[in-house]
Amino acid sequence: MAEYETHDFDVIIIGAGGAGLRAAIEARSMGLRTALVCKSLLGKAHTVMAEGGVAAALRNVYDEDSWQVHFRDTMRGGKMLNNWRMAQLHAQESPDRVRELEDWGALFDRTEDGLILQRDFGGHRYARLAHIGDLTGLELIRTLQQKAVADGIEVFMELKVLRLLHDADGTVSGLVGYWRPSGEFVVFTAKAVVMATGGVGKSWTYTSNSWESTGDGHAMSLWAGADLIDMECVQFHPTGMVWPLSVRGILVTEGVRGDGGVLRNSDGNRFMFDYIPPMFAAETADSEEEGDKWYDDHSAGRRPPELLPRDEVARSINSEVKAGRGSPHGGVFLDIASRRSAEDIRRRLPSMYHQFKELAGVDITAEAMEVGPTCHYIMGGVRVDADSTATTAAGLFAAGEVAGGMHGANRLGGNSLSDLLVFGRRAGVGAAEFASARTGTVSVDQGQVDAAISAAVEPFERENGENPYEIQHDLQSTMQSLVGIIRTGSELDEAIGKLDELEERAGRISLSGGRKYNPGWNLATDLPSMLTVSRCTTLGAINRKESRGGHTRDDFPKPVEEMGKVNFVQRTPNRENADGVGGTPSIGTITATPEPILVMPDDLKALFEEAK
Amino acid sequence: MAEEDVQPGAGGEITMRLWRGDETGGEFADYVMPAVEGEVVLDVIHRVQATQAPDLACRWNCKAGKCGSCSAEINGRPSLMCMTRMDTLPPGETVTVAPMRTFPILRDLVTDVSYNYEVAKRIPPFNPRAKTEDEVEAGGYRMQQIDVERSQEFRKCIECFLCQDVCHVIRDHEENKTSFAGPRFFARSAELEMHPLDVNDRRQLLQEDQGLGKCNITKCCTEVCPEHIKITDNAIIPLKERAVDAKYDPIAWLGRKILNRSKRTPAEAAATSPASGPAAVQPDVEVHGIPVPVGITAKRADAPAPDMTDTTEDAPAV
Repeated sequence: MAEYETHDFDVIIIGAGGAGLRAAIEARSMGLRTALVCKSLLGKAHTVMAEGGVAAALRNVYDEDSWQVHFRDTMRGGKMLNNWRMAQLHAQESPDRVRELEDWGALFDRTEDGLILQRDFGGHRYARLAHIGDLTGLELIRTLQQKAVADGIEVFMELKVLRLLHDADGTVSGLVGYWRPSGEFVVFTAKAVVMATGGVGKSWTYTSNSWESTGDGHAMSLWAGADLIDMECVQFHPTGMVWPLSVRGILVTEGVRGDGGVLRNSDGNRFMFDYIPPMFAAETADSEEEGDKWYDDHSAGRRPPELLPRDEVARSINSEVKAGRGSPHGGVFLDIASRRSAEDIRRRLPSMYHQFKELAGVDITAEAMEVGPTCHYIMGGVRVDADSTATTAAGLFAAGEVAGGMHGANRLGGNSLSDLLVFGRRAGVGAAEFASARTGTVSVDQGQVDAAISAAVEPFERENGENPYEIQHDLQSTMQSLVGIIRTGSELDEAIGKLDELEERAGRISLSGGRKYNPGWNLATDLPSMLTVSRCTTLGAINRKESRGGHTRDDFPKPVEEMGKVNFVQRTPNRENADGVGGTPSIGTITATPEPILVMPDDLKALFEEAK
Repeated sequence: MAEEDVQPGAGGEITMRLWRGDETGGEFADYVMPAVEGEVVLDVIHRVQATQAPDLACRWNCKAGKCGSCSAEINGRPSLMCMTRMDTLPPGETVTVAPMRTFPILRDLVTDVSYNYEVAKRIPPFNPRAKTEDEVEAGGYRMQQIDVERSQEFRKCIECFLCQDVCHVIRDHEENKTSFAGPRFFARSAELEMHPLDVNDRRQLLQEDQGLGKCNITKCCTEVCPEHIKITDNAIIPLKERAVDAKYDPIAWLGRKILNRSKRTPAEAAATSPASGPAAVQPDVEVHGIPVPVGITAKRADAPAPDMTDTTEDAPAV
């Protein structure tokens, strides 16, 4: 039996990005013993990378805005696959969640009459994004971090969670993991667990995501019996850096386009005018002149096509490059230098200025940037009840990127920060209420703990096995080339074969060094999650025989009405499994089943009729 | 990383001299790698991990200079590994990467930075004034852009702790850590002091608990800040001035006793700020005179004036 320390709390939140911090603050405010565990140091989570802003119909810049318009924009951006109730709650509650940040010390940029300034972003009808230059995520995480510290919430940093634990009746009862600095194991028991682990992007070669985004929460929830939905819906952000190679994938904020930047091909043409889809034709400018008027006054013209939703822009860039009209390093040009003054650019986009200057040697106030699509966000995730964020596994809640449904098939920029505030708070409430109502002692099954620990240490006992870095590299190449921005049936089938091979290789990893701060070991324990979510994405993509939002099939290039009425729900047979089997469940057993999406009530449907 | 991804630029090899070890000791080890165009130090470290030393410990997250995780000492200079391009280092020379010296080593390039998180807990939290009727109606506080920009500068901090690493008050004196908050947290206090909404008074606390007087403004922290925050000029020096005002001015002290005020009144600010500091320091333009809420700092503001034993160290600042 392995040795480990134990801790007991009412509510444990896994992940200390925006959603996890917001959940912890709420659960703590309700008087529960609350702990936050996170894989990195506090304040380093991926939320810190969010740049452009947080979307909320505050009506500080355009009084015409409302939650109804925000709701409609979100649903249309998501190609109507969204969980309508999540989109509604999000649009209704995000203004209060943003104002509350100000009560906790956040300092947003201001309008002339002293209120929170809002900027334009793709797919949002009105200027809606509260922001601080292009450093909004940093402000958000620091505000929540400082509030959590002030509230006395216990934070356990650099702790890698391996598995969720459950009671004899299948209710989630805690977690087992290890401290990355010491390599020692630790068990937490809890009456309720909130999953707030973020995304999955590290399974692709070119990604804006950090090493942490390995899909731990998606995978652990699935293994614990929760349903995942829409895992095929992955967002490729249209503008990542493309050069130098070492920075390829690093995000270039949509704020560049919101503030006037335009996309050009190698002929110098603003090609986005050639790619306006019928769904957005009525509200999109059809000449450069009209689009340019819109920046200063939204009633003077329609919005320029550079501000179409991200899926449209990413596909268009992809097509231009394929047609041989790309930039020297395989992207296109993003030009703000010729459109705004150097002073304006440095003030509104300080971090972009800094990033290009220092990493690429490019002065964005004088020359165009080279950009191309980068894996950025997964719309799919753990299926939740919109109001409580409860998953289909008792005792488990989920919020933020790890939860699915809110964004449908494509997320609008700025809707992620608001998502994690709205549903982070709701997860805190949901978990706290569940924990308060839970009776009996919370017990831990020794078999589950031992199985997870022995699976984790096994590679140290093996010699001349596989190198985890090579497996990760091969996984990334597989997902990039076969399950990327444009997909096709034969390649997806090929990807499943490769994933089978990779899973088999991952069972033969051998490691050197000890358990103490060993990144090779850390990666080896992240790989089961990466392989699981990659398979879920591929399975979903095989099943969704249409193109919708972030999911594009070359062999099914158009949306199919019937497909828009279902989610592909993924689960494993472990769902009914309460027998204490630990380790990594065989991921070959995951199934994808079409189930009807929630039906929108008539009063909300009417909003879409009005817009026509 | 597999071979095909390595695309040598100028060609040739680079030698990375990396510290390997833990709290019990260790040594530098050399790793020879092919040179690749456009790389930063962190890229090379990752290639060393993937090909030669899978257990080489290194902390990182965003790889874009936004999270402040990959702090280290590169050729002796405290820097972010993700923002240090290889082509900015002397060509042909060995690149030495060591862990931050001020913090205990956990393993290889990773240090135990928990000191910083402990100091953060001791900073009295943000405490805003009440909203006016107009603000309640408008749905949020009203602040002008010019008034938020001073604190926004400090809120750019990514908590890489390079300023803490380079600060000689703790770099060379472990014993000072219990009584010194360090540049990162002086910037945090300055941010709160200059926040248009915050009503706490942190001046005496800064002197008594956080060791503001120990800083003798050598500006090392400003030099290494990857966010180019003017920590010394815009945070520490103004704080020193305010703290000294709080100590020396008997009328201000009496005023606080009688009126139960926290921050300075406009009259106090006008009487003390412009003449007392270097020209680079901006005068205090905030609106003060707001009643102090019950709380830790209000109690401290009401305490008798402290003794002045460490004031000599303040001399260069005033």
